[in-house]
Amino acid sequence: MIALLRRDLTLAVRAGGGFGLGVAFFLILCALVPFGVGPDTAALQPIAPGILWLGALLACLLSLDRIFALDHEDGSLDLLATSPLPLEGAVAVKALAHWITTGLPLILSAPLFGILLHLPANAIPPLLVSLLLGTPALSMLGAFGAAVTVGLRRGGLLLSLLVLPLYIPTLIFGTEMIRRGQEGGATATPLLFLAGITAGTLAVIPFAAAAALRVNLR
Amino acid sequence: MSLLSVHDLSVARGGLRTLSGVSFTLDAGQALILRGPNGIGKTTLLRTVAGLQGPVAGRIKIADDAVAYAAHADGLKGALSVAENLAFWAQVFGGGDVAGAMAAMDLAALSDRPAAALSAGQKRRLGLARLLVARRPLWVLDEPTVSLDAASVARFGNMLRGHLAQGGAALIATHIDLGLDARVLDLTPFRAKPSTDAPPAGFNEAFA
Repeated sequence: MIALLRRDLTLAVRAGGGFGLGVAFFLILCALVPFGVGPDTAALQPIAPGILWLGALLACLLSLDRIFALDHEDGSLDLLATSPLPLEGAVAVKALAHWITTGLPLILSAPLFGILLHLPANAIPPLLVSLLLGTPALSMLGAFGAAVTVGLRRGGLLLSLLVLPLYIPTLIFGTEMIRRGQEGGATATPLLFLAGITAGTLAVIPFAAAAALRVNLR
Repeated sequence: MSLLSVHDLSVARGGLRTLSGVSFTLDAGQALILRGPNGIGKTTLLRTVAGLQGPVAGRIKIADDAVAYAAHADGLKGALSVAENLAFWAQVFGGGDVAGAMAAMDLAALSDRPAAALSAGQKRRLGLARLLVARRPLWVLDEPTVSLDAASVARFGNMLRGHLAQGGAALIATHIDLGLDARVLDLTPFRAKPSTDAPPAGFNEAFA
């Protein structure tokens, strides 16, 4: 499993791996919003949590179809399926690799992009915590979508249609947590919901995605 | 005890049965070569034996984690070097001898080259060297010699003989002579009879 994680991370940072694409997309989105709605704090501050979470969501989506599609094309997925590594473990490791290459850079850069959107300083800690708790669920749900659509031509669009509705709960509780932090309210409830959704996906998705992969390998 | 025993097996591709009633056994040290016209279901049979798809009917008796599968796609990552590709599969399959495998398929001089820069024959040699690092007793090979030159085919023949001599076995779909002392199974008599759910005759005529 460590070998697979190390290989996926190596492939992501080498030429054509797409590392940093998600963060660049996130930056452009957050930089464009002030041009669209105007640069005054009164307009930006209320929508900042939503924009940040939407940006994270869409940036995450960009690299999802690569999770299994590339391995399917070059035959690695067949070989992984016949290897001693359980397919459930392979799914979990590949989702983890996706989170490290996409989710983690988003979290680290989010405070900076929050400033672009006039997010007050007291909302930065809830922003970080909500992303830290929420983005693993994005990667896991995305891995499930990627497993269902693997092998389809132009599967990326279908993948977005399948996965985006599943992202709704994470989006709702993620933005709610930042908004409450911004207003100085209690953030415990959305925090627990976010953590619960992520824990649920971590428990269920490896099995669901591995089952989908087995069907698609037939 | 035999490494692989297949009894009255039927396999299907795309929902249509291709082969039915196939039975054979494979003991340690033996190789079995599958022959048959294109489209009869050699690849489907091999994928079924490798466990990538389920049989429609019949039984396959095989030990857990016994199969090393090699098909048309070699499972190589273009951004990784030859040595890195092999080392990855060696780790996943539990640590084979990477340097020895590269020597066996004459890849040592290419070890630092990215797999994307290899020729088709060199890629295939790398794909076959993976069998050595996987250290599995049963090799399931689908057209292993595609795009290999004569010297590499001979080299691969030696590698196969070495594997069989060490108590391994191989199930191979190929149309060329590998210089092996192997049984040949012609699949033509096992072609599935069109059943009631087969497409109408007009369909077959149009695409004959």
